[in-house]
Amino acid sequence: MADRFALDRRDFLKTGVTAGAALLIGFHLDARPDDPAQEQEKPVVNPFNAWVRVTPDNRVTLILDKSEMGQGIMTALPMILADELCVDWKQVGILQAPTNPKIYDHGTGGSGSVSGSWLRMRQAGAAAREMLITAAATQWNVNRDTCVAQNGGILHGARKNFLTYGQLVPAASQLPVPNLKTVPLKNSNDFTIVGHDVHRVDAKEKATGKAKFGIDSRVDGMQYAVIARCPVFGGKVKSFDAAKAKQVAGVRDVFSIDAVGKGAFTAGGVVVLADHSWAAMQGREALKIDWEEGPTVGESTESLQKLFRENAAKPGRVVRSEGDADAALAGAGKKVEVVYEFPFAPHATMEPMNCTVHIQKDRAEAWVPTQAPQWAQDIIAKVSGLPPESVVVNTTLMGGGFGRRYQADFVMEAAQVAKVTGKPVMVLWTREDDMQHDFYRPASYHKLQGAIASDGKIAAWKHFQTSTSIDAMWGEKGLESPENSEFGTAAFIPYQTPNFRVEYTLAQSNVPRAWWRSVEHSTSGFVVESFADELATLAGADPYEFRLAMIGGDRAIPDFGNPKEGKPLQTARQKAVLKLAAEKAGWGTPLPKGTARGIASYFSFESYTACVAEVSIKDRAVKVNRLVYAVDCGRPINPNGVRAQVESAAIYGLSAMLYDAITIKAGRVEQTNFHEYNVPRIADTPLTEVYVVNSTEAPTGIGEPGLPVVAAAVCNALHALTGKRFRRLPIRSEDLA
Amino acid sequence: MAVTFTLNGKSTTVDVDPQMPLLWVLRDTLDMTGTKFGCGMALCGACTVHINGEAARSCITPVSSVSGKKVTTIEGLSSDASHPVQRAWMEEDVPQCGYCQSGQIMSAVALLNKTPKPTDAQIDDAMSGNICRCGTYQRIRKAIHRAASLQAAK
Repeated sequence: MADRFALDRRDFLKTGVTAGAALLIGFHLDARPDDPAQEQEKPVVNPFNAWVRVTPDNRVTLILDKSEMGQGIMTALPMILADELCVDWKQVGILQAPTNPKIYDHGTGGSGSVSGSWLRMRQAGAAAREMLITAAATQWNVNRDTCVAQNGGILHGARKNFLTYGQLVPAASQLPVPNLKTVPLKNSNDFTIVGHDVHRVDAKEKATGKAKFGIDSRVDGMQYAVIARCPVFGGKVKSFDAAKAKQVAGVRDVFSIDAVGKGAFTAGGVVVLADHSWAAMQGREALKIDWEEGPTVGESTESLQKLFRENAAKPGRVVRSEGDADAALAGAGKKVEVVYEFPFAPHATMEPMNCTVHIQKDRAEAWVPTQAPQWAQDIIAKVSGLPPESVVVNTTLMGGGFGRRYQADFVMEAAQVAKVTGKPVMVLWTREDDMQHDFYRPASYHKLQGAIASDGKIAAWKHFQTSTSIDAMWGEKGLESPENSEFGTAAFIPYQTPNFRVEYTLAQSNVPRAWWRSVEHSTSGFVVESFADELATLAGADPYEFRLAMIGGDRAIPDFGNPKEGKPLQTARQKAVLKLAAEKAGWGTPLPKGTARGIASYFSFESYTACVAEVSIKDRAVKVNRLVYAVDCGRPINPNGVRAQVESAAIYGLSAMLYDAITIKAGRVEQTNFHEYNVPRIADTPLTEVYVVNSTEAPTGIGEPGLPVVAAAVCNALHALTGKRFRRLPIRSEDLA
Repeated sequence: MAVTFTLNGKSTTVDVDPQMPLLWVLRDTLDMTGTKFGCGMALCGACTVHINGEAARSCITPVSSVSGKKVTTIEGLSSDASHPVQRAWMEEDVPQCGYCQSGQIMSAVALLNKTPKPTDAQIDDAMSGNICRCGTYQRIRKAIHRAASLQAAK
């Protein structure tokens, strides 16, 4: 099994070889739109500089430019590189790339790392392999076509000569870099690593406590800081009294930092700097702060729900309209109108936010558990006044990301504090900080209207949504673009109807929002797949058969929000996962009394998912006994990793359905810790089976697509069990009574 | 105040506030970062260690209370991942982000020490205090059964 070993970063940079060719090509980037690296074109770089290092004893180190947050990218991307390079997986080690936007695409999110890196990893591995072949052929003075790469060396069959990569790299790395567009890629039939179950490369260090997360960063002379932030979003420090805090043993200083708006969205607050975390926390307890709570102290969950209802009473902005849904609904005999509601949801990563920064006169260094290292580098450069190339960002392991660590608020805070102290400092968040100052999954309200025609088909589908849009907070001009950030696939459903209408109204809120695992699909998947089930009931049809029939024939449906770059929904693949999940789950076969099945199927992150849930009710609580998933994410790189991600997304989705909500009162979050925001535990875990389609299509996302179907499948099963629909998440015990 | 206890088999003395939780003594005073901070209120189990062989939440354990006692952390299980529970964790590919896994493993080891062949229900009960946001619970169950077999085969 490959493992990780640490190499000194400066050593890596020093021994790297300069690029030979200067051909410019554009990389497709999967980063978020705010990632500064997105727009940059990258020069072709020597793969022995950027991606591959080989020591004379033939240890191969592969460079990873994406961030590991549990999704297994540290295993998956090197697998692709190693396969093209023709090295034995056992001889491979992994090194996290330094922050360098000229070479790397660091942003890690949107379930896009594998799909966005598949080709560039193959090209980099193939280029290195071809250079090694040329080097060997030159040394042996033979035709390079008679040389083959295998097991970390080049073999010349006729002469039975073999040179290891370790022997060849000094010469190979000096050769011109092949044109990446024409470099020969392996025939997929020849893959020896890609497509095979591989153990995680980071399992050992994570099973021994040796894995270093951001919070484990330790630098000589470092201090620890916690920050008292105004509990009300948008509030500020009016005044503070630090006298008692400074008496706490170990506390070194207390000072305030300003809030930073667009580009970071920090709360500002009072910083307590100490020799260790505990002293900093004790010091913060002893602070007396007078807050200026600001203009949105009146916001509450109730006020937001009232706003949702007011918005829903009026037509929204038309996002999409085909046919005449209103007329069809008005004239329909069989019709239904229902409302789905979702609260804010926190990420609640196990590792609370933290960031360690050291700003010196001529350089800065940071240790950051981040999905966006480039953004971290830019922020520290701006705060310190140093050029970005003088800021070294060490991307650490993350104790969970789920989109939360695509933010840079905690980096901004640490940079502000480090700028004041001039010493290495870790800004550490407590669980309470983390839960109360997250960027939450938006709260939303969906009114769905549908009708069934006399032939049993869907006569109309109308979806009105009002929400606290993500794009309204992050977009360039603060404008919402609901077709992207709020609807996703809900704006291009696979179910055929002549009358389809999507409307949206923004609900203003001062609660920070951003990307939460599967983003808009977490709610859209529930709405679309719950409503499809309602229409099946209205049509008197089996929910599985109804879905297949309403999807109808094979066709490609363009991604409505992103028609140019987004892959279309292929209905054949959607139907295939539905059929696979239904077959594996034994859809239609008898179940024990008190148990029922539900189904859901959805397209997100260019992948296809279907899930059958088996549920019962025990002690007035939902008991999910079994989940059967079928997923098609194109060619699976590491099927073991694909299954793990789907198992994981299922639990994350159940979390927002079975347990608590983030509620707002007096402009602040009411929940503080896991006793007020409970999450699934081991006893909540269903037997989860994941069947991965053995596709040969290009790989697509898998970190998130398992999520959008799970709550819908479970609630549809609950309907089959109880006859009741569950349209408000999380489910309350009174809803079950 | 000086507090002396046995840490992973070695006598250890720290001079800190006696109220300082063991978690922060381990992490910040001794730089032993394998034990994790998750909630500070014994709600999530990330900080689980063994005190005299019993699983305990180090985040709410004042260091003075372990004076003279035996503390075992994840670093004390084995230096080379050879402990059956660690082996099972790797073989089942349990960790995802991995942050909670030190605590999960310490809870699992405590369970197996008392109940060498636990049922699913016993596992669910013993592990209920350990949160994993990556949802690795199914593999944790499998790994505990595997570790039980590995231990039995020793």
